[in-house]
Amino acid sequence: MIGGGTGGTLAANRLRHRLSPADEIVVFDADDRHLYQPGLLFVPFGLAPPARLVRSRAAQLRRGVEFRRTAVEQVDLDHDRVITADGGALPYDVLVVASGTRLALEATDGLTGPGWGKRVHTFYSLPGATSLAGALAAFEGGRLLVGMIDLPIKCPVAPLEFCFLADWFFRRKKMRSSIQLTYLTSLDAAFTKETCNRALSGLLERKGVELVTEFATGEVDGAQGRLTAYDDRETDFDLAVLAPLHEGASCVARSPGLGDALAFVPTQPTLQAKAKPNVFAIGDATDLRASKAGSVAHFEGEVLSHNVTRFLAGEEPDARFDGHTNCFIETGFDKALLIDFNDEIEPTLGHFPSPVGLPLLKESRLNHIGKLAFEQLYWRAILPGRDIPFIGASMPLADKHLEKAE
Amino acid sequence: MATMTYVGIEVSTDAEGFFADPSKWTEAMAPQIAAAEGIAELTDRHWQVIRFMRDEYERKGDAPNVRALSKTTGIPIKELYQLFPKGPAKLAAKIAGVPKPHGCI
Repeated sequence: MIGGGTGGTLAANRLRHRLSPADEIVVFDADDRHLYQPGLLFVPFGLAPPARLVRSRAAQLRRGVEFRRTAVEQVDLDHDRVITADGGALPYDVLVVASGTRLALEATDGLTGPGWGKRVHTFYSLPGATSLAGALAAFEGGRLLVGMIDLPIKCPVAPLEFCFLADWFFRRKKMRSSIQLTYLTSLDAAFTKETCNRALSGLLERKGVELVTEFATGEVDGAQGRLTAYDDRETDFDLAVLAPLHEGASCVARSPGLGDALAFVPTQPTLQAKAKPNVFAIGDATDLRASKAGSVAHFEGEVLSHNVTRFLAGEEPDARFDGHTNCFIETGFDKALLIDFNDEIEPTLGHFPSPVGLPLLKESRLNHIGKLAFEQLYWRAILPGRDIPFIGASMPLADKHLEKAE
Repeated sequence: MATMTYVGIEVSTDAEGFFADPSKWTEAMAPQIAAAEGIAELTDRHWQVIRFMRDEYERKGDAPNVRALSKTTGIPIKELYQLFPKGPAKLAAKIAGVPKPHGCI
């Protein structure tokens, strides 16, 4: 297993449960700090203490899973072995690539130049989110630009949630009228999924957030406070909060034949890599069309552990991931939306997972409580690889208003 | 669904003008689709991108996004925006007769 993040940890734990004790499971990671990534959104607003979000990676693994604190240099597909940064090599029968994504800060001109960490920020890393908390607290007004440079990014709704929380944050400080809040995206709308886009665009409008679409950021000038798009459009800011470009892990980029142009692993619905049948991929590391989100890794975990077990037994992997994604969208003022969808079915109205459940695509306090409670569920059920009652890999349709959604 | 006529041949497209069936596309249609999008002349550089979009779509079932397009062809993103001003991946896909690139959600 390359990577001890959400996907790697839950997959290793699920496999430990299924495989025979004679089968060895080894998880590689460069450090022993497992970060609860959904918490990053809350750090800039003082709603989550940074230290609470980090725990030991090794401590999240079941007994019988070996953790090796070593960076992976590359995968040698021809000889079925992993080569580590310290020069070691470990042969495998099955490899699971769970190496996630890397923030490709260098891929945007000027992003980390003058003004980085002062006028230009990101909350996509713990140091970034922590320094942004100071910048938001000290912000005296002007144009606050929240933007997404290009897909794919982890949790694609997070920058929108940031806008909603910023609106709440500055209203509470009685400063909202001195702040021009703008959401900037490379997409042609606030969000890609149509029904969801309508709900989210409506929320942006209601909260007085200006929407700038099809802005493909080519250059950041933190000293002047200006973004320039590839088509030469410009936009100014006093404070910018950007989701940087994402790429697959460097070890994937260094492994001949494993990754695509952006170092994501071309992956089939069985979660086998297209490169070789004994290589699997999970979570953000894949090139699947699903969101890069923890819920996706969770739903994939069931498919992956089933298929790896079959593969090791000499049987054909027969489970397929349907693109099931589920996410809470924090909308400020102690409310949140919930969306649930897959490759075939758009986010809809209704209730999740059954008529007695959380409201879908509607702001509610219950969803906000669900989002907060998720942190405990993450450490206690998702990472240990437990099945959560009623919430399986296949998307539930029990109370989805498939025609009425709008 | 909509219908368009290029070089005298009727083809089905989605509401935004992307081909419903990429096999109905011919190279002869490209200049006409491009002209309707404000590209008066297709240069060799345009064709390099159009043919790449076709190949990628045929191999992978989805057209690449602009970053993958730039990394794989070696054409800088800035130049891609000059060639296909309204969004290179989308526009090149339309002219190449393949469905709108999905990107990720």
